[in-house]
Amino acid sequence: MSAKTLYDKLWDNHLVKQRDDGSALIYIDRQLLHEVTSPQAFEGLRLAGRKPWRIDANLATPDHNVPTTNRAAGVSGIDDAVSKLQVVTLDDNCNEFGIVEFQMTDRRQGIVHVVGPEQGATLPGMTIVCGDSHTATHGAFAALAHGIGTSEVEHVLATQCLVAKKMKNMLVNVEGKLGFGVTAKDVVLAVIGKIGTAGGNEHAIEFAGSAIRDLSVEGRMTICNMAIEAGARVGLVACDQKTIDYVKGRPYSPKGADWDAAVSTWQDLVSDANAHFDTVVELDAAAIKPQVSWGTSPEMVVAVDALVPDPQQEVDAVKRSGYQRALQYMGLEANQPITSIKLDRVFIGSCTNSRIEDLRAAAVVAKGRSVSPSIKQAMVVPGSGLVKEQAEQEGLDVIFKEAGFEWRDPGCSMCLAMNPDKLLSGEHCASTSNRNFEGRQGNGGRTHLVSPAMAAAAAIAGHFVDVREMMNQEVSA
Amino acid sequence: MKAFTQHTGLVAPLDRANVDTDQIIPKQFLKSIKRTGFGQNLFDEWRYLDEGLPGVDCAERPLNTDFVLNQPRYQGASVLLARKNFGCGSSREHAPWALEEYGFRTILAPSYADIFYNNSFKNGLLPLVLAEEDIDELFAQAEAEEGYQLTVDLQAQLVTRPDGKTYSFEVDAFRKHCLLNGLDDIGLTLEDADSIKAFEQKHQQSQSWLFGAIQ
Ligand code: SF4
Repeated sequence: MSAKTLYDKLWDNHLVKQRDDGSALIYIDRQLLHEVTSPQAFEGLRLAGRKPWRIDANLATPDHNVPTTNRAAGVSGIDDAVSKLQVVTLDDNCNEFGIVEFQMTDRRQGIVHVVGPEQGATLPGMTIVCGDSHTATHGAFAALAHGIGTSEVEHVLATQCLVAKKMKNMLVNVEGKLGFGVTAKDVVLAVIGKIGTAGGNEHAIEFAGSAIRDLSVEGRMTICNMAIEAGARVGLVACDQKTIDYVKGRPYSPKGADWDAAVSTWQDLVSDANAHFDTVVELDAAAIKPQVSWGTSPEMVVAVDALVPDPQQEVDAVKRSGYQRALQYMGLEANQPITSIKLDRVFIGSCTNSRIEDLRAAAVVAKGRSVSPSIKQAMVVPGSGLVKEQAEQEGLDVIFKEAGFEWRDPGCSMCLAMNPDKLLSGEHCASTSNRNFEGRQGNGGRTHLVSPAMAAAAAIAGHFVDVREMMNQEVSA
Repeated sequence: MKAFTQHTGLVAPLDRANVDTDQIIPKQFLKSIKRTGFGQNLFDEWRYLDEGLPGVDCAERPLNTDFVLNQPRYQGASVLLARKNFGCGSSREHAPWALEEYGFRTILAPSYADIFYNNSFKNGLLPLVLAEEDIDELFAQAEAEEGYQLTVDLQAQLVTRPDGKTYSFEVDAFRKHCLLNGLDDIGLTLEDADSIKAFEQKHQQSQSWLFGAIQ
């Protein structure tokens, strides 16, 4: 038998039927549901008189529209009537079809991509879908996970299968040791800077190499989360002992004999030594510095010690005009140092960086310091109610509050500003989220993507700074 | 789903690469629980000068007259000419819903983001891929000539210019079949219900922990 990639194995293990035209029916083990992309799917089921194929394959939670304050009031705490209707509709649909949902007042509620792994609803070897492009996050567990559209949400509800076409295999190999103060977020931003936002189109990307193996599982989630920003629906990391340890003992993880059986099958969730990849990209971990995005696409990213690029230096005409438009939108000058960009707001949160390790990394920088008076708002939004509890047990909330950060309730929040947390036009935000598109964090808002530590450092300085300098001071203090 | 066989329509050239789905339909309009009503907010931030809010009548809003779709010569366009990596970013199916409701039946671009590409087919919107040089050529023509129209024939897999020149394009046989006949995917998949059940049984025997945990 020929050597297989991890993606090939996951695909083969779920192949129900291969059709002659290259498309296939793939069996789906888990579907995560949230309020934005599911209402039309449930409506479709109802209109066609169909029932979900397998109720226990689904798990739901509202995240995009939930406010990050006044949560005790539950749904009635949502001021915006349209947002409220969407959350209520999810509650109603889950009730009607018998799907388990963590509602707004449940302490397990949170961003779907934080909740799945936290509950053990995400397991190695699974196929996982959600009507949300950042479903790629779950690939950190050697699971085949990707975003789908609403018609497909309905399709999976009704048939437990997805019509899919096999993707190509891409290997992103990050070898070597990451420098002090350089995080998973910097790695993935550097990858996107290198291959571009379309670099992974039609591919499943496996992230490998010693630098990836050295990362924690949460760091790997940050990396896979942004595979979609490199154009790939799927990001993957091989299963190892860290993966297994992370999954162990979670509420929906297998127990007893099931656990042993599961672990023995999970051992095989790695690419075979001679497996063929259609595209291979190599990165030197030691060369990666803390990254800051300057433009309106995640590929418009440079190291913190660099200058904002000059469009005149760009030979490709379409790219040059894209750069010019981005500079204009962002209110930046060509060749200005990244560290000279002044900030109005700071957002630490989102499915990219709102897990406990992210909050710890930001707290290390915030500890004993204060948010610059020039910053209008710096907020920390944990990814789930359980992350929030854990952080509070560790006293992180106190560190943040003492430094002048706001400590909020879990949800997507300012990552996409569907709830009341948003940027005003023209404001610059250091954000740990994943998208710096025009208007993403509020109409006219200017987003700069960074790691949690870099965001915290920027909050303190009022502009971008190399967090490594701040951390050095920490050591000597 | 609306079937797509052959279509002739006015071409609107949108000369930007990496147009993301947040741009196609901004997030504030995703709060709807319906599949309709998105057309008036297609490209909202480019199309209007004020901030777009759900539930507001767009007929009253100030238009950005610089934006291509607002120019008189492109009124009634149903063929969208676009640049590479069109539809990147969020998986929202609201993007093809908005394009379709606005009146676009087909898009021509050098490449698309995968999820958007997939979603389009499920909504009777044909995203077709032509070589970058061909797209450049069509941009030049569509911008030079007012009332420029193209004909897209899905059966023959051909795009035809007013001067008779044609470009052929590739499309999956399965997607083509569904689109030509306006077929619902779910019904088709359920014809294989026995295979799904057989697979599921085997799967459960070998990996029982994948079943029943969430109740
Ligand atoms: S945190 Fe942001 S990217 Fe993640 S699911 Fe929510 S809105 Fe999407």
